[in-house]
Amino acid sequence: MAESIRITTPFTEEMSRKLKAGDSVLITGTIISARDAAHKVMTEALARGEKLPVDWTNQIVYYLGPTPAKPGDPIGSCGPTTSGRMDAYTPTMLDQGIKGMVGKGSREPAVIESMKKNGATYFAAVGGAAALIAKSVKSYTVLAYPELGPEAVAALEVVDFPAIVVIDCEGNNFYEIGQQPYRHFDINQI
Amino acid sequence: MRELDVKLITENVAEMCKEAAYYLPDDVYRALKRGRETEKSPVGQIVLDQIIKNAEIARAEDRPYCQDTGMTIVFLEVGQDLHIVGGDLEEAVNAGIAKGYTEGYLRKSVVGEPLFNRVNTTNNTPGVIYTRIVPGDKLDITIAPKGFGSENKSGIAMLVPADGVKGVKRAVMEIILHASMNPCPPMVVGVGIGGTMDRAALLSKKALTRSIDERNPMPEYAKLEQELLEMINSTGIGPQLGGTTSALAVNIEWAPTHIAGLPVAVTICCHAMRHAHRVL
Repeated sequence: MAESIRITTPFTEEMSRKLKAGDSVLITGTIISARDAAHKVMTEALARGEKLPVDWTNQIVYYLGPTPAKPGDPIGSCGPTTSGRMDAYTPTMLDQGIKGMVGKGSREPAVIESMKKNGATYFAAVGGAAALIAKSVKSYTVLAYPELGPEAVAALEVVDFPAIVVIDCEGNNFYEIGQQPYRHFDINQI
Repeated sequence: MRELDVKLITENVAEMCKEAAYYLPDDVYRALKRGRETEKSPVGQIVLDQIIKNAEIARAEDRPYCQDTGMTIVFLEVGQDLHIVGGDLEEAVNAGIAKGYTEGYLRKSVVGEPLFNRVNTTNNTPGVIYTRIVPGDKLDITIAPKGFGSENKSGIAMLVPADGVKGVKRAVMEIILHASMNPCPPMVVGVGIGGTMDRAALLSKKALTRSIDERNPMPEYAKLEQELLEMINSTGIGPQLGGTTSALAVNIEWAPTHIAGLPVAVTICCHAMRHAHRVL
């Protein structure tokens, strides 16, 4: 595998469009966590015509609910959660200017269409590598919805956060590409 | 009659919750290492390197292996000659869960009601507690925290006897293919065959508390475990981003069933195959 590509935030559409499915990246800068409850609250606020408490333009969203930080640590264990649960809300959120998403697992076709339209990239972090990922997080600051606990919207200052481009802005999907050479199974052969 | 104070149960459950969250069992760690040796996908190798490193950091620094420290499943085997004193058994177990998750800086992931008012209970209680009365005067406790990335991909199939072994293989593989990379593979697959719908589901959970190095004692089931493992490892799912290490093991448990039925339940566990066991 080629060397990792270093990317920094803010993450613009121009930067996003250069990345290809399968690229390994190291992210440095600020990324913003949000998961199920925050997505529900934010899209409901938008539906009521309200302004969101966070400007999502050129941001990278991280689907995350960390464990509590031990005293002296910036954050607890903090691996990605399943992105698919956010799919219903994602096209609306991408229209808010998000250009990168970090999570794990497959996405719905409607999300991929919205990614192509908005020039957004979907990255996977390694699911379950939560203690390792925590090493790349330098600070954790709640920005909105503190009442949601681990589901609050928070800014994470990261250095060399490891991720892989799974779906690029053209809709190429590394989950498909990566599995294909090793797939020798046909359920109809049972 | 031997007496056991509930305070001891609470203390032990609290420690076991932390232990399970921080320390990946050795059999799973060794299986990950073996998987890394044989993994063919270069990206898969990178993923496995990160997963192995993660296990080492979590163990060395007493940190949760995964941020989803799970819903706490508790298997209790209560000796019929044991007298539990000083309070209510289930309350004591839940008090242990609350203490362990709070003191251990584990994530509290339980909502009190599932549909209309999903409010976090803030201490990860209640656990999912299964109690059996057995001979003897001991209390056997197994704590198996279950993350929901993989739980959401588990499933059940109510087959009929004519479906046979072929039908069981198809049913398991349909669930695995549907799950694909989503449950954080390399996965460990628990399969429950027989009983009723609920019993099969419980057996599929119970199967995950057995060491992954141990095969089912009945040769036919041991062979089926091996065949299913080979099938899963030829799907291409791999360690999340494609490859040959899709699963570390398949553990099957079975139970007597009805003349008209062949229930098959599959609990998928991620590579965070966590559990702790103590006998009091």
